[in-house]
Amino acid sequence: MTDQELKQKSIIYRKKILTYIKQANAGHTGGSLSCVDILNVLYNRILNVTPENFYDLKRDHYIQSKGHSVEALYVVLADKGFFPESDLETLCQHGSRYVGHPTRKVKGIEHNTGALGHGLSYGVGVALAGKMDNKVFVLLGDGELAEGSNWEALLTASHYQLDNLCAIVDLNRLQITDWTRNVCCTDPLDEKFKAFGWSVQHVDGHDVKALTKVLSSVPFEKGKPSMIIANTVKGKGVSFIENNYKWHHHVPTDEEYKKAMKELNQALQKLNNEKENN
Amino acid sequence: MKTLELGKANLEVFADTLIELAKKDKRIVVVTSDSRGSGKLVPFAEQLPDQIIEVGIAEQNLVGVAAGLAAAGKKVFAVSPACFLTARALEQIKNDICYSDHPVKLIGISAGVSYGALGSTHHSLFDFAVLRAINNISILAPADNFETRESVKLAAEMLQPVYIRFGKRAIEHVHRPNADFEPGKAIIIREGRDVAFIATGETVVQSLLAAQLLEQKGIFCRVVSMHTIKPLDEKIIFETAKKCKALMTVEEHLVYGGLGEACAAYLMQAGVVLPFKIVGIRDEYTPTGSQLEIFKEYGMTAEGLAGTAIKLIEKK
Repeated sequence: MTDQELKQKSIIYRKKILTYIKQANAGHTGGSLSCVDILNVLYNRILNVTPENFYDLKRDHYIQSKGHSVEALYVVLADKGFFPESDLETLCQHGSRYVGHPTRKVKGIEHNTGALGHGLSYGVGVALAGKMDNKVFVLLGDGELAEGSNWEALLTASHYQLDNLCAIVDLNRLQITDWTRNVCCTDPLDEKFKAFGWSVQHVDGHDVKALTKVLSSVPFEKGKPSMIIANTVKGKGVSFIENNYKWHHHVPTDEEYKKAMKELNQALQKLNNEKENN
Repeated sequence: MKTLELGKANLEVFADTLIELAKKDKRIVVVTSDSRGSGKLVPFAEQLPDQIIEVGIAEQNLVGVAAGLAAAGKKVFAVSPACFLTARALEQIKNDICYSDHPVKLIGISAGVSYGALGSTHHSLFDFAVLRAINNISILAPADNFETRESVKLAAEMLQPVYIRFGKRAIEHVHRPNADFEPGKAIIIREGRDVAFIATGETVVQSLLAAQLLEQKGIFCRVVSMHTIKPLDEKIIFETAKKCKALMTVEEHLVYGGLGEACAAYLMQAGVVLPFKIVGIRDEYTPTGSQLEIFKEYGMTAEGLAGTAIKLIEKK
């Protein structure tokens, strides 16, 4: 898949995220839009995970510790054929297996998350069990890093030299209440992670080419777990949703939805034009 | 009065059984939180270094890592003092083990008031209550060496989450070695029709001794070892309540939320009424003392239980 095709997918995923959140009248809008490019690159270029090999333990593993972006994960998993996309029409409805946070009832999801600070310890366990056979990726939110259990897991990962483990921080700098720096400042993150024994790299979390490069180069150092600090924008791709904490789980009104779709369609058109011109 | 033969600490039996099992099955992995010494796991670590993972003093991480290992096909025993395991890591137990359905075996060592003299920070008198209120976990409190060994052997093969808790004092044998053991199926240790003791964990010994004391006074007691708190053996509770004139539950736990309230709730809903007493630790932080001294303080030794039984029958 070319970079251009990946970029197209990102926009299409964004449209779908907003559509299903709008339909469900519930969901985490800002966080899903901030991490979807990371998921796009992981599932379309990096991870050895398919509907066919999902029950084979030697596959790669992806754990979404920031469970409050499950809509992005659902959209990507549906695209990869883990379940029919039409299932997402039931998102958050009574009796639906497509809950507002990841659950194992949905094929493609291997751990139930939503309570924060759980995914990294779980990832350490999977990485310990399968050392050298496969890679384990864990997506963390930056607000989530205030949970102390993350730091316990960071210690264990470096103690056991888990170079098959890679954590990615979706550093959108916003959480439900305010800017993260105003709630519980975690800066400087890279120095903290390095001090905990991880090998750290920064990336633009919306640049599919750069994401591909950094995710392909895991492990960054032999004998060290890898940490990717992905600089992202919460609500990325829709001007009026970007960088606004109120969109943490705000559902677009009819008017906002139309406006967002218009922006995303224009972005798609622009991308197609670029393709033709090239 | 017949004296009961003293066995090993259930903790030691757990550690011995685990080594035996792990030598035969390389998928068995132990995860500890700096609890190798207190869990009697030093020989395990020496003999099977590839099958033990130390995470340091970090119980939340212990449980999360255990979930990941289990998901990746290991048979995981997460071992930590019961007080820290079930309080500090409760959310991990709920979400990473029970809700996510990863079949980890949670081992609460030195449970109840086993760490008596160390104070209430080290007591687990709430673990039945909190875990009973979480879906998808079996709760076992073996009474003696036999029940401990059988619990550990069966837990290794269980495909659902399980919590097993026991103490660290050498404990008397209450079973014949060839008794039947099945999780969720209580064992009648002694028959009688006057008072029934339905006890769990290391209070079963005291209940059996109380029954012996009462026999000398012409009071004949049934003693049931309710080694599984969840799922509860309702059949045996019903049958016992129908057969005996009074019923006492005994547990090394606060009187709230444990075996006693589980039995009471069941009996009430089954429409069975009889003189009934929940014996456990009352709602307070206990005084300092050994496990047995604290048992004595709360009427949980043979003499105290026998006295309560007599009062219960007299009231009737």
